[in-house]
Amino acid sequence: MATTSELSLSVRLFLKTYRFRTNDPVPFVALDKPLSECKVGLISSAGFVPPGIEPFDESVRGGDSSWRAVPADTDPAELADCHRSESFDHSAMEKDPDLAFPLTRIQELVAEGFIGSTTKNFVSIMGSITATGPLIKKTAPEVGQFFKDEGADLVLLVPV
Amino acid sequence: MCNQTVGLVAGAVESAGIPTVTIQLLKSIAEKVRPPRALWVPFAHGYPLEAPLEPEKQKRVMRAALELAHAKGEAPLLVDYAG
Repeated sequence: MATTSELSLSVRLFLKTYRFRTNDPVPFVALDKPLSECKVGLISSAGFVPPGIEPFDESVRGGDSSWRAVPADTDPAELADCHRSESFDHSAMEKDPDLAFPLTRIQELVAEGFIGSTTKNFVSIMGSITATGPLIKKTAPEVGQFFKDEGADLVLLVPV
Repeated sequence: MCNQTVGLVAGAVESAGIPTVTIQLLKSIAEKVRPPRALWVPFAHGYPLEAPLEPEKQKRVMRAALELAHAKGEAPLLVDYAG
């Protein structure tokens, strides 16, 4: 189980005074069709980047809040781990990127008929963002519009 | 911070008119950030779908998360993963 107690002392001290941002009010849209008919989008905050795409910038103060479109047919084995956080064990997701960016698993759910299809592209972000202003003002609305343009009926988000 | 990031992005995607389901590793942060629909999973940081090279376990988590899209209740919805 993930707990804050397993984090480093400096991170725990930071979290003690950190003011988390809140969805207020909480937006809520009803899903009006069965999952088996839904086109599903995927967002991973594991900081994975496919070949040929600019990596996330670990040096950005407050965290790199930019985002990357990732083609849904990307081979997970080709993803590069660009996540800057030292607060979690990277080894498992580097061994199996599907653990945090389930590109293969979501296609298997389509094949099983559990969901209808996927969007053509998914989204990768790097979750280690403490300065949330640019994330809230720019990245998050852009990602929302992106999935609207992709025709998504539903989006699954996976942190790491 | 990943949990806050995906929770906030979920809010924006939902504001764009698309339902979302979000996996969360830290319940205390999910309660603060309030993504519209969240599945809290009892796994370690770095293991959001439980285990590497375990496709069935990974899909079990994904199915549980996706099924939240039809769950009854008021937003924000935060449900424990039953395994």
